[in-house]
Amino acid sequence: MNRVIVYVIVVTIIVLVSVNLLHKTEPLNLSQYKLKQEYATKDKPSVDHTQFEILNQDFKTPQDVTVACLECHNKRHEEVIHSSHWNWERVAYVEGKGISKIGKKNVLNNFCIGANTNEQSCAKCHIGFGMTSNSFDFTNAKNVDCMVCHDNSEEYIKGAAMAGYPDRSVNLSKVAQSVGSPSKINCGSCHFYSGGGNNVKHGDLEEALLACDRNTDVHMAQNGINLSCVDCHTADKHQMKGKLYSVSSTDVNRLNCEDCHSSRPHLDDMLNRHYDKIACQTCHIPTYAKENATKMAWRWSESGKLKDGKPYHEEDSLGNHTYLSIKGEFDWQKNVEPEYKWFNGNAQHYVLGDIVDTIPVQINTLLGSADDIHSKIYPVKVHRGDQIYDPETKLLIQPKLYSPEKGDSAFWVDFNWDLAAEAGMKRMNLPYSGKHEFIETEMYWPVNHMVSPKDQSLACADCHTRDNGRLASLTDFYMPGRDRNNWIDLLGNLLFWGSLVGVSIHGLARLINSFRKNEMEAEEINTDQ
Amino acid sequence: MAKVYIYKSFERFWHWSQAALIFFLALTGFEIHDSFHLFGFEKAVAFHRTASYLLLALIAFSIFWHFTTGEWRQYIPTFSKLQAQIRYYTVGMFKSEPHPTIKSARKKLNPLQAVVYLGFKLVMAPMVILSGLLYMFYKSFDVNDMIIALNIPLEWIAVIHTLGAFLLMAFVIVHVYMTTTGHTLTTNIKAMITGWEELDDEPENGNENSKNTVSEGEVVETKKTKENE
Ligand code: HEM
Repeated sequence: MNRVIVYVIVVTIIVLVSVNLLHKTEPLNLSQYKLKQEYATKDKPSVDHTQFEILNQDFKTPQDVTVACLECHNKRHEEVIHSSHWNWERVAYVEGKGISKIGKKNVLNNFCIGANTNEQSCAKCHIGFGMTSNSFDFTNAKNVDCMVCHDNSEEYIKGAAMAGYPDRSVNLSKVAQSVGSPSKINCGSCHFYSGGGNNVKHGDLEEALLACDRNTDVHMAQNGINLSCVDCHTADKHQMKGKLYSVSSTDVNRLNCEDCHSSRPHLDDMLNRHYDKIACQTCHIPTYAKENATKMAWRWSESGKLKDGKPYHEEDSLGNHTYLSIKGEFDWQKNVEPEYKWFNGNAQHYVLGDIVDTIPVQINTLLGSADDIHSKIYPVKVHRGDQIYDPETKLLIQPKLYSPEKGDSAFWVDFNWDLAAEAGMKRMNLPYSGKHEFIETEMYWPVNHMVSPKDQSLACADCHTRDNGRLASLTDFYMPGRDRNNWIDLLGNLLFWGSLVGVSIHGLARLINSFRKNEMEAEEINTDQ
Repeated sequence: MAKVYIYKSFERFWHWSQAALIFFLALTGFEIHDSFHLFGFEKAVAFHRTASYLLLALIAFSIFWHFTTGEWRQYIPTFSKLQAQIRYYTVGMFKSEPHPTIKSARKKLNPLQAVVYLGFKLVMAPMVILSGLLYMFYKSFDVNDMIIALNIPLEWIAVIHTLGAFLLMAFVIVHVYMTTTGHTLTTNIKAMITGWEELDDEPENGNENSKNTVSEGEVVETKKTKENE
């Protein structure tokens, strides 16, 4: 009787456990659901700018618009002129350099190299008017361009090579009356096209995000929650939350997934545990450049070839430039798997005037390692290339690229590297030996956008596998499923196979032994008879 | 010879569920180790963890049982007949020499078994269990809370765990094989299933008429060889 009860209990427990293990309905992720509700309603503006007298005028200059804005928003310019969008630099404490200013004014990249001496053209993406040289007055609030971020009419565009002034076709009064919170295209007009074309630099920020589905980006999808950039990149006092490590160096004012999603976003504890070491982006952005290709390599060394004395270009089947006389040779890629790096939120940069000490030159370095508790593994776009360099002084060269006319030393019209290097370095008060070469460079762009739907995110075995896992290049830690100690494995296999072989031999010996005995017995019995 | 109730029901339950769990843990564990593919890494991890909790619970019960019943004494090693036992398995059994030790409910284990099982209980099992727990909770505490095992590299933990797993596997192979060295190939296994085993009477009695208790054909064979001595 007792035994029956015990068996019933045991069987019941086994059935309950297996039902629990085998049957799983997906429960609702409540925090995720709440977030969706929160962002489902969009704020309506509380004022109608068409009703304001001061905006119903025929503006002569864009500065007049700014003055009109400041009539009511009479303190905002002070906020703006403290922002990095305006200053093109941030003050930061940099290890080894102390307190320094880092930004577009003094760091280089391996795309169009640098803005210095090319302001006339590059200032198309400055939120100001009239930046033609490095003597721009960063204290004059009248030159703040409110419209480029706040125009909601899609009328406003900045002119090409007009030092940040709007295109002549823009109807300023229409723009002034339709201002509001920045929409995707306000941010995108600069951030999607940086580097000279759509998706050139970032790989995860491009015009496809203006109208995409959830497969491309779950946050910005039109058939999804349809967030705009500023829903996440909020801007208290015009200081944008979030930063990019091509120009930023310290772990402050970052925008993180957990700001909305918390640090324990999954229902599965095993996945939540990964939070300490793996950035959300690593699993949730399996590929970037999902719609349009991005530039993966840029070789300036090939630039300057002419056909019949004229610059020319070549295109690939998708219409991306693979060669431009003014810029060199490019590689493009679509649906790119990121590379992965340990990163603790701090970065170092090659700053104009730094001596080159590694090849490829690390344009920026993402700091971090497996044994640093503040580091996590992040997905990164690595942009590789070569660019102009002075082998004598060991400095990267800031060349003068842009000029509206010939004879001004600008490479894009004169195609003479020597003159371009000399003019550029002179403006920066840096030496130029008269010799130049092209040196290989690498630049690291953490990938943050184009988050995929969860069924497309990486699965365990994408990393936890012996060969060719996503993290195969990060070898400074032990990862179950990928790593093993070869000695222990050898010893273990010897033990395992040794025991198997051992018992087999023993068993065989017994078998033979018993056969022999049977025979002997049979003989004995025979002889007995 | 007499039929003796040698393995009590808890002991049998414990033995077979532990065997099943260890087999399952080895299966899932070596999949995690990427030795082969069966369930997929994700499921293997989930199963391994669940099974390890079951094993922990089972072992907790079995420790309690061993001490309350005094069965733990079975594992006290006796070295006096150890050599004889080793000689039996390597030489004696081929020459049809008798078992050097007598199995009884009070003394279930021969000296070699006692030593090896003690090794299992004191070395192999703790090795995988402790390293398994460290593995399971490795750096699982937040930066601001206490972090256990912060400075033990995961590789060490994994190495000990894997080595323990290999040792267990080797143990299982030899152990399963050794069960076939009873009176017949399956006597020992049957005993562990039913609890009952035919055992020689305690002080070995040469005049005992073995044929009386023998019922199955296979047993007759072994008995015959015994008579031939
Ligand atoms: C209470 C007992 C056990 C616990 C708590 C435990 C726990 C773990 C844990 C946490 C892992 C790492 C994978 C993961 O995170 O889930 C692991 C891996 C592993 N386990 Fe166990 N385990 C136990 C028993 C066993 C047993 C009995 C065996 C084999 C006979 C075994 C074989 C393995 C193997 C081979 C690995 C892979 C190790 C590597 O490649 O790094 N484990 N175990």
